[in-house]
Amino acid sequence: MSSETQSFKGVGTPTTRMYGLMAVVALGWVFLGGLFFTPEDAVQGDAVRIMYVHVPTAWVAYLAFIVTGIASACWLIGKKHSMGFDRVAGASAEVGVLFMAMTLLSGSLWGRITWGTFWVWDPRLTTTAFLFVTYLGYLAVRGLGGTAEQRARRSSVIALLAVLEIPLVHFSVVLWRSLHQRATVLSPDGDIKMDGLMLFTLLFGVFGFTVLFAWLVSHRQRIMAMQDAQQITALDAAVTERLKEVQE
Amino acid sequence: MSTSRIARAVAAKDLRIEMRSRVVTNQVLPFSGLVMIMFAFALDNDDVLQRVAGGLVWLATLFSLFIVVQRTFAVETFDGALDALRVAGVNPQGIFIGKAIALFVQLIVLESVLFISAVVLYRVNVNGSGLVLLVTCVLCATAGLAFVGTLYGGLTAGARGRETLLPLLLLPVVAPVLICATRATESAFRSGGLTVGEGWPWVAVLAVFAAVFGLGGLLSFSSLIEE
Repeated sequence: MSSETQSFKGVGTPTTRMYGLMAVVALGWVFLGGLFFTPEDAVQGDAVRIMYVHVPTAWVAYLAFIVTGIASACWLIGKKHSMGFDRVAGASAEVGVLFMAMTLLSGSLWGRITWGTFWVWDPRLTTTAFLFVTYLGYLAVRGLGGTAEQRARRSSVIALLAVLEIPLVHFSVVLWRSLHQRATVLSPDGDIKMDGLMLFTLLFGVFGFTVLFAWLVSHRQRIMAMQDAQQITALDAAVTERLKEVQE
Repeated sequence: MSTSRIARAVAAKDLRIEMRSRVVTNQVLPFSGLVMIMFAFALDNDDVLQRVAGGLVWLATLFSLFIVVQRTFAVETFDGALDALRVAGVNPQGIFIGKAIALFVQLIVLESVLFISAVVLYRVNVNGSGLVLLVTCVLCATAGLAFVGTLYGGLTAGARGRETLLPLLLLPVVAPVLICATRATESAFRSGGLTVGEGWPWVAVLAVFAAVFGLGGLLSFSSLIEE
């Protein structure tokens, strides 16, 4: 057992290493481009640089929750109930919660500079905060204990209920009030009003953070697989060891 | 046994347990009454109280909801009653509907007391058309709360740390009910210059919420309690 542990070299594969390298390169560019190369905004000044982190992290958080929803549905619908889906759902939700926390933090700092307040009760902000809390609850449900099968069943239902819940929360908050700055890049009019380098850095940020997400999720789900396997083998190993002791 | 008969039997059993143990009447009702009085201490202004009365009633309802939901599933997990029901091959959808009905009845009793105390303590006024809006709003909102409460109560039943987990899971989900029911109730009370007619769109959202979670509960409740 101990020799196995010593020869263990991590959960990386050539693919994950490539993800990692791409993320480091892309985020390195976002760091340099965002802080030094891009000009400041005519209206927002240097505060616009927060956007290079805020927009990509928000995108990744939403992407992560979509991945969680799809993976949960696949687990529930699939006849084999493959645990891989459950692990991807869990890993994706964990990374999503992390990125959503970064989105809320960077957004409130930007809001303080631009709007003069950390928080406004705007539909998009409020829904985002609710998403954050909902997935904290999802992670709490995953931590309830029991077998991997129980965990997968409970959490996949919770993830699918969240898919029902979020549109309802969003709709009722929209009815409640509205003020958020309208999306600039993905505006329905189609004309992008942004400096070329700024747009490039922003899109590169989206790319970099998405690769980072893929990298983190692939590692995290492998660790989860090992934890699950360890949970199963731990009992057998303990029994064998005890039997050996008795025989000696 | 048909689903509706199971539902009726489960609801009758829950309500009978409640009639005999009197936990809702002896503990939850006094608690929610206290919450209403504490709100008055915290806000300390008659005009403000009158203006926000609708929100306070629904907030007190939500606080009490956690206790009632925990209570309704504590009864099931005690002595493994829920396991016994499953072993007996009882249709989980029947259990879901039955428990939701029992929860609905208990919440309606609770809300009636809360609204009467709002009229007495916070001096709100309701006219005829306002009353129609209020009753419809209470029925739709309570149906939604009962479905969601049963669903998440079933999930956390028997889990470690369910007392703290249930509010964390339930509060974000019932946020739309709080928003919509509060706005509709404020319209019914005509607080802050609102008219009764402005309350009806909110009731529609409440009805959609109840329908969505009623259906979601029917489809998913068996997965949650089958373990």
